Amino acid sequence: MRVRIKVNGTDHEHEVEPRTLLVHHLRETIGLTGTNVGCDTSSCGACTVHIDGESVKSCTVLAVQADGCEVTTIEGLATIAADGSPVLHPMQQAFMQCHGLQCGYCTPGMVMAATSLLAEHPHPTEADVRSGLEGNLCRCTGYHNIVAAVMACAAATGGAA
Amino acid sequence: MIPCAFDYLLASSAAEAISLVAQHGDEAKLLAGGHSLLPLMKLRLAQPSVLVDVGRLAELRYVRESGDHIAIGALTRHADLERSPVLAQHAPLLALAATHVGDPQVRHRGTIGGSIAHADPASDLPATTLALGATYVAQGPHGTREIPASEFFRGYLTSVLEPDEMLVEIRVPTMQGAGFSFQKFTRRAQDWGIVGVAAWVRGTQSGVALFNMGSTPVLATDVSAALADGASAADAAQLAAAQAEPPSDLSAGREYRTHLAKVLTQRALIEAGAR
Repeated sequence: MRVRIKVNGTDHEHEVEPRTLLVHHLRETIGLTGTNVGCDTSSCGACTVHIDGESVKSCTVLAVQADGCEVTTIEGLATIAADGSPVLHPMQQAFMQCHGLQCGYCTPGMVMAATSLLAEHPHPTEADVRSGLEGNLCRCTGYHNIVAAVMACAAATGGAA
Repeated sequence: MIPCAFDYLLASSAAEAISLVAQHGDEAKLLAGGHSLLPLMKLRLAQPSVLVDVGRLAELRYVRESGDHIAIGALTRHADLERSPVLAQHAPLLALAATHVGDPQVRHRGTIGGSIAHADPASDLPATTLALGATYVAQGPHGTREIPASEFFRGYLTSVLEPDEMLVEIRVPTMQGAGFSFQKFTRRAQDWGIVGVAAWVRGTQSGVALFNMGSTPVLATDVSAALADGASAADAAQLAAAQAEPPSDLSAGREYRTHLAKVLTQRALIEAGAR
């Protein structure tokens, strides 16, 4: 089936088998390998991307279900400055500054879940952040600094991240 | 894990979806949010050869007042229920229950109709709508029929829906200021409840339903009858498991579930009485 998905602002049109999962389509067909496959059972959230601005687990969405949608992956968050240098998204900066990662495997999914969370709850409490990230597991159990990073990003951007 | 191969058909209306499913018989399944079906397909526990996608039917995604009840389109997503001002005002127990489904990513995709049609006895929304005395509307090749929630669930993952019927609307009576509570005991945040209770109380009237306490969600009418007769929350809660046949599995044994049902029901009745 022919599928047209706008990924990080660029249209991608491909012939896909209906059973192709969105995460495999992003990684293997489009070549964006920032989105990780973790548990493959919609538990861990490592594969979190945005469809039309909302966080989803891309291992539990068929590529055909995203036909006509806008998908944002971790590669789509940073922008390019006028001088051509990359500018990290405020959430990426906050994860870096607060050391919101250990091995880093869950990080792309954490950042995507966190940006979706702040879009819905611009001024979260720490409890809001912890429950808002319940769909993302950190196998290093490094939640403390992840939560701190999301709180720091919310504070730094006034909820506009 | 990748599902077995299947043919994908995108339906542009409920009637078209029903006609497509009817053409393909037992081989076809309706796909809504996919958050129950796709995991089963990846594990090869379900292997439909045709998927009819109804997930884009915007005309079945709504929450609106309709006289003495709230009408909810079957393709309304859990996140929509959480955010609905209509539910917040008229059926806050359902809005609260929606916040307990899975995790935010799941709630962005999963639908109330999909959850109810899947008929998982451990799910939050089948039990909650049962407690609220909801009516489900099913559409088939020959029109629609209304099915009381209390007559809908027939066994594990089994309902009275015919293969060529589709759940199109959920009608929830307005709560009219009733107190309410949702209690769910989980091992991990995003898990299904080991046992859960959805309850509302208004004067001598109440509705209490349990989940993961049998092969279907369980309406604990004994508890409501005891409350109507003037029993205390603590005494009424002792009857919580009287109508249930809880399973023993890796999460919990039958005795433990029975105990949890009583404890959670007591908490629910006390909170509902105070809210």
